[in-house]
Amino acid sequence: MTADHQVMSRWRVTRTRGTLVALLCLFLGAPPQAQDTPAPAPLTLVSKDGRRTIPTVTSNGRELIALDDIASLFQVSVREDSLAGGFTITYRGKTIVASVDQSMASVDGRIVTLPSPITRNGRRWFVPVEFLPRALGPIYDQRIDLRRGVRLLLVGDMRVPRVSARIESAGPPTRAAIVISPATPVAVVTEANRLVLRVEADAIEPVFPVSASGMIDGVRVGDQPNVVLVALNRQAGPAKTGIATADNATRVLIEVPMAEVRPAAPESKIPPTGPPLPTTESPRLPGLEPRQALQTLAIDPGHGGDEVGVRGAGGLEEKQLTLDVARRLRGLVERGLGVRVILTRDDDRMVGIDERAAAANNGKADLLLSLHANGALSGSPSGAEVFYDRLDREGEAVRSAPVAAVALPVIGGGTRNIDIVPWELAQARHVEASAMLASVLEQELRQRVPMGQRPIQQGPMRLLSAANMPAVLVEMAYLTNAAQEKAAGGEQFKNAVAQSLYNAIVRFRGYLEETSSP
Amino acid sequence: MSGRAKIYLIAIVVAAAGVTWSLMRVFSPAPGAAPAPTVTAPPPSETAHITATLYYGSSDGRALVAVRRDVPAATSVVDQGRQILTVLFQDAPQPYVQVVPKGTKLRAFYLTDRGDAFVDLSGDVVSAHPGGSLTELLTVYAIVNAVTANLPAVQRVQLLVEGKEVDTIAGHVDVRRPLEKDATLVREGRASGTK
Repeated sequence: MTADHQVMSRWRVTRTRGTLVALLCLFLGAPPQAQDTPAPAPLTLVSKDGRRTIPTVTSNGRELIALDDIASLFQVSVREDSLAGGFTITYRGKTIVASVDQSMASVDGRIVTLPSPITRNGRRWFVPVEFLPRALGPIYDQRIDLRRGVRLLLVGDMRVPRVSARIESAGPPTRAAIVISPATPVAVVTEANRLVLRVEADAIEPVFPVSASGMIDGVRVGDQPNVVLVALNRQAGPAKTGIATADNATRVLIEVPMAEVRPAAPESKIPPTGPPLPTTESPRLPGLEPRQALQTLAIDPGHGGDEVGVRGAGGLEEKQLTLDVARRLRGLVERGLGVRVILTRDDDRMVGIDERAAAANNGKADLLLSLHANGALSGSPSGAEVFYDRLDREGEAVRSAPVAAVALPVIGGGTRNIDIVPWELAQARHVEASAMLASVLEQELRQRVPMGQRPIQQGPMRLLSAANMPAVLVEMAYLTNAAQEKAAGGEQFKNAVAQSLYNAIVRFRGYLEETSSP
Repeated sequence: MSGRAKIYLIAIVVAAAGVTWSLMRVFSPAPGAAPAPTVTAPPPSETAHITATLYYGSSDGRALVAVRRDVPAATSVVDQGRQILTVLFQDAPQPYVQVVPKGTKLRAFYLTDRGDAFVDLSGDVVSAHPGGSLTELLTVYAIVNAVTANLPAVQRVQLLVEGKEVDTIAGHVDVRRPLEKDATLVREGRASGTK
C-alpha cells in the first residue's frame, strides 16, 4: 500500500465514520436549536426525591425540552403514532395527544394551548417547556410548577419561598433586609465574614443579586438550595440580626457596624520600674455576663374597660385597637428577639396610669411603648404621631441634679445604695433616649403607614413622666377620620404598625447597646 | 325774734313740710313694687373692655389659633381671669372650633403668691371630652395659654376638676402640676370681631 493509498484509506475511514455519526444524529434526532442561539441554563427539577438537571434547547427563541427526557423524568409512557404524525402520552389512564407542528395538545379530552409548536427532529420530539405545567400537570398526580425566571421546575408540594434582599442604608452601620415570602422559618448563623441564612424550605426562589454596599459585599444563594449567604467585607464588625414575621413574609433584618479600630496603645516613655500590677479585670464567672441592653419590653395598650378612648363613627374603639396591635407586637418581639414582654393589660379592663407605670418600672423594662389612637374635633386630621415627655421646671432640675442615693441595710450585713427617683419625675433622666426612640419610630412608621403633619411631638404625658426608662406614646391613627378608622380596623394596617414598631425596637436596641457599653 | 315772727316761721315750716309730704305721696312707688337695683350696668357699648388673646382650635382641629377678642375689663387680676375664661368657654368665632368641651363651666379661679393660677372646672371637661392626645393637649393649653398670655402676674396654671386635682382630662396629658404656656401648639390666626 502506497502512502497515497494509505492517506486515501484514512480519509475514507474518517469520511465513513463522519457519515455514520451524521446518520446516527439524523436517526436519533439532533437538537433543533439554531446554531446562532445560545443554549439556556438547564432547568433544575426540585422534588421530594432531590434535585436533577434537565437539559433544554432553544429553537426560534423558544425553549424546548425533549420528550424522551420527560418520559424518563416523570415515568410516563410515550407512544408515537407515525401515521397521524403525533404522539400519545399516557399516565395512570389519562392521556395527552399532540401532533407535530401544532401549538396545542389534547389533555384528557381538553385542549390546551402551547406557546410554540411541537417539533420533531429525526426521531426525537421536542415540546416547549410550558408543556410540563400546562399539559403534563393536569394529568400528573403531583403539582408541576415551572419558574422559568429562576430556572426551577417544582414537582409536588415544594416549599420554595421567594427570597429578596435589599440594602436599606449603606451606613455604617449597614442595614439590610432579607424578605422571605411566604413566611418561612429561618435560622441565622454568624460565621467569619458572612451570615448564613438557612431557610426551612426545599429551595428558594432568589431575587438577587444585591450589589456591594457599605459593610455588605453581596447576597447570594449558598451551596444548598435553601441557604442564603450574606457576605460581609473586611471592615465589618459583629452583625446584629432580628427576625420578624408579618404580612405573610419573614424579614431578616441585618445591621452590620464597622469594626471598632482600637488605636494602638502609645508607647510609654517611662520604663517600667517594677513588676506589672495584677489586672483588675477578673475572669467572668458563668452566669455573670453583662446585662444585655434590651431584656424586657413593656407594651401599654392604652385605655380599656369602661375607658374606651376615642370611638370612631364606624364603631372602632381605641381600646380594641391598642390591645390588638399590642398582642401582635408582643408576638413579633418574643419570636424575633427573644425579649421578655410585659403587657400592662392583656384583656379589656381599666388600668390606672400609675398601675401601668408600675408594671413597667417594677418589671425593670428597658423600653416602654404606649399605644393609642388619636381623635380630633374635625374629621380631617390623619396620620400617626409619636409623643415623648416634656419636662417642666422640676423635671429639668431632676435631670441636671446628681442622683440621690440612700444606703439601705441588706440581709447578711452591709448596705446597698439605692437611687431615689421621684415617681412623677422618673422620666427626667431618659428624655434624650426617648427623643431618639421617637425619631426611630417615626422613621419606621413612615415606611408603612401615613404620618401626621407633626409626626413627633413633645408634651407633658402622664404615663411617660412616671416611666423610669426610655418611653414614648404612639398614636397610630385618627379614628375620627373615616378613612383612617376603616383602615385601622384591617389586618394590613395593624400588621404594618406592629412591624414598624418591631423594626424600631430592633434599631433602638442597637442604640441602647452603644450607649450602655463602657 | 318777735312772737309774730315766730308764728310766721312755724307756719312756713309746716307749709313746706306739707308740700314735701304731698310731693312724696305723688312720686313714691306703689306698695309691693320691686326695689331698684343697687348696681346699674351701663349700656353694653359703654362697658370697659380689654382686648385679650384667646385660643381656639384651628378649623382642621390640628392646632391652636390665637384670636384677639374683647373681654369685659375687671378691676383685679382674679376677676379678669374669670372674665377671660368665661368668654373662652363660649362658642368659638368662625371658622375656629371650640377645644374646651361644650358645657364646661368655670367653678373657681384663684391665684397664689407664687404666680400660680388655679382654674377649677366643672366635670363636663372630662365627661364630654372626645379623647385623643392631640385634642387633650389643645384643651389643656387653650386654657393655660389664655390665662398666662393675658395676665402677666400668672406664670403657671393648675387645672382642677370639681375642686380636686386630677391626673389627666382624657388619659394622656399630665395636669397634676401647674403648667406653663406652650407656644408650640399655636398656629398664627387672625383677629376676631367683638364678641
